[in-house]
Amino acid sequence: MNHSTSKPALALSILLALATINATAQSQAAPDMGKLLATGGVSQVEGAGGGGIVPWALITGYGTRDSWGANAHYTYVSTQDYKLDTYGVAIGLADRVELSVASQTFKGSLAPLDNLNIKQDILGVKVKLVGDAVYEQDSWLPQIAVGAMYKDNKGIKGLGALGVTNVTQLGAKEDKGYDYYVAATKILLEQSLLLNLTLRATQANQMGLLGFGGDQGDSRKIMPEVSAAYLVNRHLAVGAEYRRKPHNLGVDPEKAYYDAFLAWFPTKHVSVTAAYANLGKITVFNPKTQRGLYLSVQTGF
Amino acid sequence: MSIFSRMVAVATGLLLASSLAVAQTPYTDDSVYQGLGGKEGIKKIVDTFIPLVLADPRIKDNFADFDMEQLNVRLQEQFCEFAGGPCKYTGKYRDKTMDGVGTVRDMTTVHQDLKITNAMFNALTEDLQIAMERHNVPNSVANKLVAKLAPMQRAIVTK
Repeated sequence: MNHSTSKPALALSILLALATINATAQSQAAPDMGKLLATGGVSQVEGAGGGGIVPWALITGYGTRDSWGANAHYTYVSTQDYKLDTYGVAIGLADRVELSVASQTFKGSLAPLDNLNIKQDILGVKVKLVGDAVYEQDSWLPQIAVGAMYKDNKGIKGLGALGVTNVTQLGAKEDKGYDYYVAATKILLEQSLLLNLTLRATQANQMGLLGFGGDQGDSRKIMPEVSAAYLVNRHLAVGAEYRRKPHNLGVDPEKAYYDAFLAWFPTKHVSVTAAYANLGKITVFNPKTQRGLYLSVQTGF
Repeated sequence: MSIFSRMVAVATGLLLASSLAVAQTPYTDDSVYQGLGGKEGIKKIVDTFIPLVLADPRIKDNFADFDMEQLNVRLQEQFCEFAGGPCKYTGKYRDKTMDGVGTVRDMTTVHQDLKITNAMFNALTEDLQIAMERHNVPNSVANKLVAKLAPMQRAIVTK
């Protein structure tokens, strides 16, 4: 971490620590599963509570401010030439603080990248600052949260013949990095809509799977991410998302991810999200836009 | 300016924008009222809602000392008015006493000693949603009614 990021990181760490201590004190009760169905969101692809690819301001799980909730998830994305598996666990404390751990595995299926295997671990923390997405229907105030993700790229397998074992050999400056974000989520019950805007400061290439920074840029940039969902009924939401990404690597012409999703909440213990995802182009050596199925299952309380 | 300061600036901007809060007033047209099935539909919904509440282990104890017939009528009035129907919700509840001259209370004072949590408030909301589902109220209409009731969380949740 360079000097320019250490002060805000320290400030954020102190805020997160204080909020966590406070939230832990308030959530020593049994899980109450007291939030309304679907209002904890699902698990996004980096493990945070949110939509499919965007972290939201909602705190994961069904614990209210007097309690806590937790869940585990598995997400599978399959495009023409790549696959991404993510699994993780997350906990929501006092509907205030969210802690998450996720592990991603990115694999290639088209020669010469058919043995490609990149792993990344992600630690996430999120703190709700103000607002309540559900109750404050008489105000424009959204629920606002700040969050951070620490990403640790574990290296590359399957390119041994080329002597490539680390993302820095592909041009990335670092194999570890932090994302910081602020998210605003509003549920407009009168319109049966959920709207979310997230601004993420990041230098990650393909979320960090291809490292952090590169020959085209190394500074953290603020990228917009948006989600909109229509609440069909208490058990079903249909929506779309857009996530802009920086372009730091010459060999990776990345720009944005998109998805259109259907999220089903049969009970507060299970949700299933199916989406059609567009991951854009992953490398200049494969000009195909990568599209395919996104499937995610979350179970918890 | 550091990225963190810029993010705080953005959050502050959102907060300022949100100070243009909208007051919680009934709908001015009666489409939600009609969607609920008018007075008759609202009565059916409340008649389904109350037994659900009284059977709900999460909240039934809160209603042990309440005059449920009075509550039934108040809820009908309230849903009808919020929905844009031709009703007047007085918001007054008279405590149940032997001589029938109990204290008259409003939304805040009737709840102040009940130690209602968000989980209980949400349980009640769920029961209402289920009651509306049972009477085939379209989800968009049901959400419009819940949108008017949700801000009452501030007056009702005291714990």
